[in-house]
Amino acid sequence: MPWVSYLPALAQGALVTAWITLAAIAIGAVLAFVAGIARVEGGRAVSTLALCYTELFRGTSLLVQLFWFYYALPLVGISFEPVATGILVLALHVGAYGSEIVRGALASVSVQQVEAARALNFGRWHTLVHITLPQAIIEMLPAFGNLAIETLKLSSLVSLISIADLTFRAQSIRNLTLDSAGVYSLTLLGYFAMSLVLMLVMRLIERWARRGAAFPRAAHS
Amino acid sequence: MTDNAPAPLIQFAGVTKRFGALTVLDDFNFEVAPGEKVTLIGPSGSGKSTVLRILMTLEPFQEGRLTLAGLSYQEPGGTGPFKASERHLREIRSHVGMVFQSFNLFPHMSVMRNVAEAPVRVLGLSRDEAQARAVDLLAMVGLADKKDHFPSQLSGGQQQRVAIARALAMRPRVLLFDEPTSALDPQLVGEVLAVIGDLAHEHDLTMLLVTHEMRFAREVSDRVCFFDKGRICEQGSPEAIFTAPSHPRTREFLASVLR
Repeated sequence: MPWVSYLPALAQGALVTAWITLAAIAIGAVLAFVAGIARVEGGRAVSTLALCYTELFRGTSLLVQLFWFYYALPLVGISFEPVATGILVLALHVGAYGSEIVRGALASVSVQQVEAARALNFGRWHTLVHITLPQAIIEMLPAFGNLAIETLKLSSLVSLISIADLTFRAQSIRNLTLDSAGVYSLTLLGYFAMSLVLMLVMRLIERWARRGAAFPRAAHS
Repeated sequence: MTDNAPAPLIQFAGVTKRFGALTVLDDFNFEVAPGEKVTLIGPSGSGKSTVLRILMTLEPFQEGRLTLAGLSYQEPGGTGPFKASERHLREIRSHVGMVFQSFNLFPHMSVMRNVAEAPVRVLGLSRDEAQARAVDLLAMVGLADKKDHFPSQLSGGQQQRVAIARALAMRPRVLLFDEPTSALDPQLVGEVLAVIGDLAHEHDLTMLLVTHEMRFAREVSDRVCFFDKGRICEQGSPEAIFTAPSHPRTREFLASVLR
């Protein structure tokens, strides 16, 4: 069974993939909230800026973004480590798509909740932090789960800027052994296992967020 | 109102409110004395709820002048739809509370937090003070034992009683009720009206009530105003309006609701 010998290298690659994905999701989630809240609550200038960011990164190829940050940006004197570049570009991707999720979820909170907050004389910030966001986050979780899994899969593109992630390792082993079937089957399994873990974690977060009686499932079905 | 009535707490002077081409309030004049309990009745679309929503600063208006406790709703040189700064609107809101048709409790907060949250965040009370206030108010509306429940675990009548406690926790001078029992099953209306009826005995609280519960309006109001097409068509004591309405539109409306 020659494929057992691939495992250590693939595992090392999987660790890099996991690290890049998790870091991108964490940073991207922050970007998503900032941009999404800016879209809803910001003045004209701030919300336009957030809109430009979102559309720019949703409307261009992630692979070209990677190349641009890795090969073009250094030409104007700004360069990052490959891994940092990979995390940055993926995080910007998560932030752009995530901001749409945040914006949509905030908009889905009924206007009556905002009116109730106003009638109690809550300020705009308190209304956002204590009334609308807590209700919106529940709605965001499934979409963020999908985005997280998509980000894991898209992270394979970073292999093209010489980061030794799972895909990069798979390519290297295949080039050495020419065992395409074995190597790529194992690689698929690796991504699948990692996405299963992500899915499970998102389910647990969702269950935790819906704990208690505040958001009975029936009300959302 | 009689000649020796105190200065009005609320004063609409020639207020006009339009939604696009639709005029909801048309050169509207209306005064409410401090502590007065006024019921607004009339067909739907006649502008009753709009009066409450303008008072709560949920809707701006286009023309005329509105004051509450000497505060003008529009500031000279004010911008935006309300022609007033957010800060000014918040000062107005500090005097007014509102109970909504669909309760609008915060689903992610316990009953206790629903009532105590605004006193903490807005009035700056300590958690303990706010909770003590909430406990008293929940006892008053008969829901002391539900303080740890969530809104989704309560009946509509219970939710509306929590909403009343929540509004009272801010100690408003004016409390607005916008069809508070219209969304309730018939058997739950009574418990909510009982709470509102108790409040009607509060001497200092000014109440404006939009309702279709005519018998209740008759019991609790100092004055009943019949709305038609964005104006008050007829107003007077409950006896006068319900037993001897003078305007044909009032008679027609009462005949249709008091079958």
